Amino acid sequence: MKGDKDLRKGYLQMKGMTVIVKKTTQLIAGMVFLYGIYVIVHGHLTPGGGFAGGVIMAGSFILLILAFGSDFMHLTKEESGTTMYENLSTLVVVFLAASGLLFGARIFFLNWIPKGTVGQLVSAGMLPLYNIFVGIEVASSILTIFLALVIFKEEISE
Amino acid sequence: MCRSHYYVADYDIKKLTFMEIAISIITGLMIIGALYAIHAKDLLSAVIACGIVGYGLVICFLLLKAPDLAIVQIVVETITLIIMVAVVLDSSREEKYSKPDGQGVISIITSVLLIIVLFYFFKLSIETLDVFGSGSLRMAGPYIEGATEKTGSANLVTGVVFDFRGYDTMGEATVLVTAVMGVLTILRIKGKK
Repeated sequence: MKGDKDLRKGYLQMKGMTVIVKKTTQLIAGMVFLYGIYVIVHGHLTPGGGFAGGVIMAGSFILLILAFGSDFMHLTKEESGTTMYENLSTLVVVFLAASGLLFGARIFFLNWIPKGTVGQLVSAGMLPLYNIFVGIEVASSILTIFLALVIFKEEISE
Repeated sequence: MCRSHYYVADYDIKKLTFMEIAISIITGLMIIGALYAIHAKDLLSAVIACGIVGYGLVICFLLLKAPDLAIVQIVVETITLIIMVAVVLDSSREEKYSKPDGQGVISIITSVLLIIVLFYFFKLSIETLDVFGSGSLRMAGPYIEGATEKTGSANLVTGVVFDFRGYDTMGEATVLVTAVMGVLTILRIKGKK
């Protein structure tokens, strides 16, 4: 029963986990973040894209919060940054889609930027831009849900 | 436009391929996991058993040659599992069981009837469908035909998701925003108490 309570305290709590977990997280979290960026940026060339890469990026932050605890991360009661990024990137996606109304055939979601060579990193017109902003949106929204669980839980226990 | 153009036409229904056997076994394991998740006394093991369903689905997607879906599924499954484990550890691990009263009996009967009706219509409709994996749907033809030239994207899935089906993707992004709003609203009410 006592062990159960200790385990319960470990999760989403201020103290964080052991030294081994912390050190491994320090080594891995940055690489996970970079891999998320890679998956997003290469979304129009290789499997993956905005949704997959965004969740991977959010995963690196969740790893850090779980390992080090919310106290170490200096989480305050109002974490408005993630929600702001989420809403702004959704707005940018809508604006990018609406920009198709200004050029060429005047269709919503028109791919009006020159397409370039297939297989190059900078190609496919608007698709990488959509991928990047949808990636930011997904990452920040999943992180927002997780942060809400962490922060508001601490408020209840106080 | 010929349908068998983008598919190997010599499909033999009598011969089971390795992929079909593997998918059948994995699907059976997923069903067992889901049944265990319903009947488990300990909520933590029920959550872990839910993970069997998700990770089995990942292997199914990989066998069906859909790496895009597999990446999304494996990451989302892991993060949902973490959140569910955290929630179970914070609340209670025991499931509260109560005997079904009058309302419960009615809903059980309704669901059984619904299953029978659904199964009947499923049996009706499956006769008109194509054989699994044979040919592609009418709408998929133009997508596969010249998608790389039309969108300039080497990955066909991204081309479909962000170009042909742009409205769908915008809807998905909006669903996420709405979900976050709902979570924040519910949790904020609880936090202020």
